[in-house]
Amino acid sequence: MKYIDEYRDERIAHGLAAEIRQLVTRPCVLMEICGGQTHTIMRYGLDEFLPKEVELVHGPGCPVCVTPLETIDKAIELAACPDVTLVSYGDMLRVPGSSSDLFRAKANGSDVRVVYSPLEALKIARSNPNRKIVFLAIGFETTAPANAMTVWQAHREGLTNFFMLASHVLVPPAIRLLLRSPDNRVQGFIAPGHVCTVMGCQQYEELVSEFHVPIVVGGFEPVDLLEAILMLVRQLEQGQARLENQYVRSVTRLGNVPAQEMLEKVFEIADQKWRGIGTIPFSGLRLRGEFAAHDAEKIFGMAEIHTEEPAECISAQVLKGLKKPTDCPAFAARCTPENPLGAPMVSAEGACAAYYRYRRHKVLV
Amino acid sequence: MSDQVAALAGFSCPVPLGSTERVLLGHGSGGKLSADLLQKFFLPAFDNPILSLLDDQAILTVNGSRLAFTTDSFVVKPLVFAGGDIGSLAVHGTVNDLAMGGATPLFLSAAFILEEGLPLETLRHVVDSFRKAASAARVHVVTGDTKVVEKGCCDGMFINTSGIGIVENGLKLSADQARPGDRVLLSGSIAEHGIAILAQREGLAFESPVQSDSAALHTLVAAMLETGAEIRCLRDPTRGGLSSTLNEIAARSRVGMTLEERAIPIREEVRGACEMLGLDPLYVANEGKLVAIVAANAAERLLQAMRRHPLGQNAQIIGTVLAEDPGLVVMSTTLGTTRIVDMLAGDQLPRIC
Repeated sequence: MKYIDEYRDERIAHGLAAEIRQLVTRPCVLMEICGGQTHTIMRYGLDEFLPKEVELVHGPGCPVCVTPLETIDKAIELAACPDVTLVSYGDMLRVPGSSSDLFRAKANGSDVRVVYSPLEALKIARSNPNRKIVFLAIGFETTAPANAMTVWQAHREGLTNFFMLASHVLVPPAIRLLLRSPDNRVQGFIAPGHVCTVMGCQQYEELVSEFHVPIVVGGFEPVDLLEAILMLVRQLEQGQARLENQYVRSVTRLGNVPAQEMLEKVFEIADQKWRGIGTIPFSGLRLRGEFAAHDAEKIFGMAEIHTEEPAECISAQVLKGLKKPTDCPAFAARCTPENPLGAPMVSAEGACAAYYRYRRHKVLV
Repeated sequence: MSDQVAALAGFSCPVPLGSTERVLLGHGSGGKLSADLLQKFFLPAFDNPILSLLDDQAILTVNGSRLAFTTDSFVVKPLVFAGGDIGSLAVHGTVNDLAMGGATPLFLSAAFILEEGLPLETLRHVVDSFRKAASAARVHVVTGDTKVVEKGCCDGMFINTSGIGIVENGLKLSADQARPGDRVLLSGSIAEHGIAILAQREGLAFESPVQSDSAALHTLVAAMLETGAEIRCLRDPTRGGLSSTLNEIAARSRVGMTLEERAIPIREEVRGACEMLGLDPLYVANEGKLVAIVAANAAERLLQAMRRHPLGQNAQIIGTVLAEDPGLVVMSTTLGTTRIVDMLAGDQLPRIC
């Protein structure tokens, strides 16, 4: 398959790995931000390619993982209303809230539906004028423009029964938080290629100069990631800190301007709570006032939910790159994809689930 | 900012949602949740030595004859899809469950549960397709039943079938028979049924539409048995896909398994659809493919026999049974690294980004 096979080519992958081995002279800790990249690393066993000096830690870029517990609880509460249809992406249905998840809410009689595209939620709203359609919209800058488009379209059509319960997060503020942390170990970042496709890679120039840290925008196939690692290792070995773009077939400096304009039209930047991390200033998106009629939190007058999270899993340290999923005593014992203790075990792109699903034969021996 | 940094260390996660008071859709996925239901409810209630083999069919000895007996229910939506419909699927599914026990399928039952308001034209189409599929497979529908339920109580039409076949004396095919050194054969390209259904259900249009692989496999099985080669186990990897089937065999036989990613045939359009939807084809349903665990020295002969049959033209040897890591299925990736091929907990969920 064109644009896929060449980026999964065994010969090219081995060549890149050999170059990394040749170049590296000292230990380095690199973080891939995006859950999709973590998934590829685990699925293709890229750790088996790398010399022991290169340590990969996994970032907070799984949107399902960082969606606050309160948002899930609110979604379950809304779904329980008899006139509400709750619509979301499949992954979100399995994420545990404080005491239930949306799959269980569905089994208990709530009208919960899975969509592949947010525009399908609009279709449901159009064809069910007597029901209130709440779209649980989560994600990074990648999914946010399409979600914004849904609200914009609903507003334009005068659809009064379409609402959004939103939890959108932005990558650069999270990287800034990690870099400011006194226990940060990360020396170089693989920036998320799809986020940068939308936002452009210029957003990361500031981080590079502020923290003197190399950042390489990377793709999602094995060859992409190995090449991004090579580029980071080369910079670190040469004592450089530059922004480089490995994912040139998709990412430009300015990004997808119409998508950014749509974001700007519908959302404004706000403080945002990240599950496992806490509130990060200016790291989220909320609906602008003119779209308040579609804002589920406002319309349904949702009370603030306070959630208690008993101390069991170490996802904070995992999301921060301080610990590996396998450092957790609960990993693959009390915490499995069937019974996840924390969100990184729920989504296929969560670091814990990726380790469990693809790599536990290597780590449990 | 420093407060947030401090807060990082204190974060913890919620208590697990292990038990559930109600049936979830995932309980029907063919993955771990389905197995859980079996272990907690059905096996304790009905336990006996025949049932506990957990094969696709029961093999019963009656007056010296060995009968294969199976039952299956069909709830597919949409009722008519590219490459088949619920009628032909019911025949193929039941015939295949018998064939995987090495049986020659003979008789079927057909019970139709119909929803009030179903167009009679749809029923006519399905019944006609059922008839044609049964006739092509040379099985007779010898008993049946019809029930009608109120609108909203079933999705157009559900079909339940039972099947009876006859098994030659001495033949024993079961999921607990795999032995270290055995080879794993696959009859053709995977994931076509699941993708055809999903594409139709979600209204996804591909340049070359994917057709369901729904087919009766008993003549392919007959051709394999004719070689006289040593076959330990046959399974059709339906719900839950190739990966669930291989995990089941590995668990039941208490063996490990290693697969070659490169050897597993997948049509380009199916691969493309899976890439787009974020689905792993190893977990997507098939309705016209079989997996055979066979003695190593018989593998090549069986492969040739399969390839001579129209339903096995793309057959491949995809892996080997190991003594190590019982219950674990590991795959050599196209990059030469290894990864686990796990059984899914519930349904495979569409990815977010």
